[in-house]
Amino acid sequence: MKLTLKIWRQSGPEDKGGVVTYPIEGVSEDMSFLEMLDVLNEGLIAEGEEPVAFDSDCREGICGMCGVMINGEAHGPERTTTCQLHMRSFRDGDEIVIEPWRADAFPVIKDLCVDRSAFDRIIQAGGYISANTGSAPDAHATPVPKENADRAFMAAECIGCGACVAACPNASGMLFMGSKITHLGEFPQGQPERDARVVSMTAQHDHEGFGGCTNLGECSRACPKGIPLNVISQMNGDLLRAQRHRS
Amino acid sequence: MTAPLIEGLYREGDAIADTAAPDGPIAEKWTKHKFDNKLVNPANRRKLDVIIVGTGLAGASAGATLGEAGYNVKSFCYQDSPRRAHSIAAQGGINAAKNYKGDGDSIYRLFYDTVKGGDYRSREDNTYRLAEVSADIIDQCVAQGVPFAREYGGLLDNRSFGGVQVSRTFYARGQTGQQLLIGAYQALERQIAAGAVKMYSRHEMLELIVVDGKARGIIARDMVSGEIQTHLADAVVLASGGYGNVYFLSTNAMGCNVTASWRAHRKGAYFANPCYTQIHPTCIPVSGDHQSKLTLMSESLRNDGRIWVPKRREDCEKDPRQIPDEDRDYYLERLYPSFGNLVPRDIASRQAKNMCDEGRGVGPKVGDFRRGVYLDFKDAIGRLGEDAVRAKYGNLFDMYKQITGEDPYQVPMRIYPAVHYTMGGLWVDYDLQATIPGLFVAGEANFSDHGANRLGASALMQGLADGYFVLPNTIRNYLADGPFEAIDAKHPAVIEAQDSVENRIQTLLGINGDRSVDSFHKELGHIMWEYCGMERTDEGLRKAIDLIRSLRDEFWRNVRVLGAADTLNQSLEKAGRVADFLELGELMCIDALHRRESCGGHFRAESQTEDGEALRHDDEFLYVGAWEWGGEDGNPVLHKEALEYEFIELKQRSYK
Repeated sequence: MKLTLKIWRQSGPEDKGGVVTYPIEGVSEDMSFLEMLDVLNEGLIAEGEEPVAFDSDCREGICGMCGVMINGEAHGPERTTTCQLHMRSFRDGDEIVIEPWRADAFPVIKDLCVDRSAFDRIIQAGGYISANTGSAPDAHATPVPKENADRAFMAAECIGCGACVAACPNASGMLFMGSKITHLGEFPQGQPERDARVVSMTAQHDHEGFGGCTNLGECSRACPKGIPLNVISQMNGDLLRAQRHRS
Repeated sequence: MTAPLIEGLYREGDAIADTAAPDGPIAEKWTKHKFDNKLVNPANRRKLDVIIVGTGLAGASAGATLGEAGYNVKSFCYQDSPRRAHSIAAQGGINAAKNYKGDGDSIYRLFYDTVKGGDYRSREDNTYRLAEVSADIIDQCVAQGVPFAREYGGLLDNRSFGGVQVSRTFYARGQTGQQLLIGAYQALERQIAAGAVKMYSRHEMLELIVVDGKARGIIARDMVSGEIQTHLADAVVLASGGYGNVYFLSTNAMGCNVTASWRAHRKGAYFANPCYTQIHPTCIPVSGDHQSKLTLMSESLRNDGRIWVPKRREDCEKDPRQIPDEDRDYYLERLYPSFGNLVPRDIASRQAKNMCDEGRGVGPKVGDFRRGVYLDFKDAIGRLGEDAVRAKYGNLFDMYKQITGEDPYQVPMRIYPAVHYTMGGLWVDYDLQATIPGLFVAGEANFSDHGANRLGASALMQGLADGYFVLPNTIRNYLADGPFEAIDAKHPAVIEAQDSVENRIQTLLGINGDRSVDSFHKELGHIMWEYCGMERTDEGLRKAIDLIRSLRDEFWRNVRVLGAADTLNQSLEKAGRVADFLELGELMCIDALHRRESCGGHFRAESQTEDGEALRHDDEFLYVGAWEWGGEDGNPVLHKEALEYEFIELKQRSYK
């Protein structure tokens, strides 16, 4: 198929950037979206133009490194990661607008690459259970009801791609943060740090420049792993609990 | 005096006599060794710097553990976050000899299975230790909050895996690697917050600094600013993964590369068994020249799916549903009646290739060939019902449909083998120390535990064993002699390393030829897959060596790398990695050529039984082949480490 690509090009953080139009032919529906960009880049290199920079690594939907806005939707029209989106989701003659994640907390590095280190810093603020190596009791010492284990697993499926932030009109990171707080809060071993975790992580989230949640649910709709909005409610519940315990 | 050149390709050097393993009963070695290894008192740990390259299971767990212990750790990864390392993509599970099922598992049985699965080409001492610490890994991960699958009683569930006869695999649906890595990542982030670990994301190691024979640091490039940085330390740990991307198409992530290991190899670290690669039988076939990577479908599918090709070539284009049972060749069931579709990975892969070579492959032609076989769930759906199959394999079926556009509930899946894991890697002793003192190698980057073939659910086990439990207990024996003499940034060895990195970058940018980096990488991958893939021959390997040499020559004359050095430049990153793959590929072929036997993932057509099965030659090849870099225009030097089987009896594998 033949397509017209409108791609955000920005040479560096200081550059203003802008949209450049590239026609592309010979796209097969079996290509993944990123393979289509690979083909574009091979063509650009042949013509002596610097290829479009974009992030990707595993290309099987699990590492969370890829992610662009495709026609205004995070990861494009299907509920999956950009690397798992295939060209059969598009039609011959389509115009496709490709932009980086847009959020103050995710500054653009170059073209379609953004800096998501704010997510790492939110985890540093408490997204863990403190358990030094070698200090663990036997794994069967503490049974976990299957219901809690399943909910923890569901929340732990988050791949940290940032689509939730990109899709949110407030650029909020609360689905990401709520999924971690839910994951760890469902386990008995996550209880000792539960209050401190939510207080510290939410403070870091706000400090990074992410917006607040206004319950629109765009994040959950864009999430390639289908993390539900109620992880944010669980986080808010934990925050209230922590404040009660404090006062 | 220089040793004579063998086959015009390599020389043989001294044998490796010492692996630093203690004597005594195998079950007591590790305990004894931990006690004998020197300690570093907590006050001194603060004065010791350790660099760790890579943040997968081995690197992240080592970083967290050494940080907790009080060392100053600098951690490097090329991705934008340590959480993205490719351990995250492992699906199936992690083995541990917990014997929670009471089905007769034990440390010794896990040890035995691993050695046998590796076709008797791994080191007994290291493999036993791996089995020994396996149970501690599960405890550690549960304490961190890794959400393993649980039963209704709240205890952990296990499943069986990879043809062994006990259920010892812990899992988190099809995302075990992700959950284990996030656990290690969070432990690492906790140490970053505590100031014990300094993280360098989007940084790539481009050179090892060796001073007075010891590994003392690395040269890294900040991939955003392009800055070339010098990082000095008392010890360097490489946990930088495997080299499967030498084949271009593999199940590895796009960025997986051999550069960290290869740079260390060029500085004196031996590279062991480079030809041992694992080709996984159940991957989604290549669909065209645009393909950038291959996707694995979990091995667990072989429990219920039946593998077949049409009996007649003329049926290959037909709709598979129109081919009646009597015209199908369920070739694994025919050839291996007792193991059937559950033969080990190496055998399943090679037979799929044989069927396609006979012209009975299925699916669309890529080039002139159909490279695919059917994995059919029709019988399973008939027997169990579609809902039961969905409950077991739903996420895999969805992934298959996403990629191929075909519905596996309706038409059989098409699968084909793909490069998945590399058993070879930098040579290490019992302490995981390479032949350069102060250089330690963990996880897939080392060679030590899997012999010539790795069993399913053992890669995650090894990565975490090395990082959480082994390395922290061995590196201290080395660091106890430190802190080592401070190194001036103007030291000739540092300047030399910096200059070589800068020069290489300028050279790559200055060639400005006609061909993209990817085009070279694809051509190299094609050569490797064709001649050093599932079946290797004397003639083919010699041809491959010539082809690689001329391709490498062309690369340095004709590659086109656009853009600048002082900015994010993905072509430049790839160019450096492909340049190293072009050297590694040749060594892999030389290793494969010299090993005139078949073992595990290494199948030499000249060494097979009458039935076409792999035939080892223990009399000649019961050793680790550790290669020393022979210099820019020199030839590699082979050092043999004899493998001694004191506890396990050597047998020829049979799965008939």
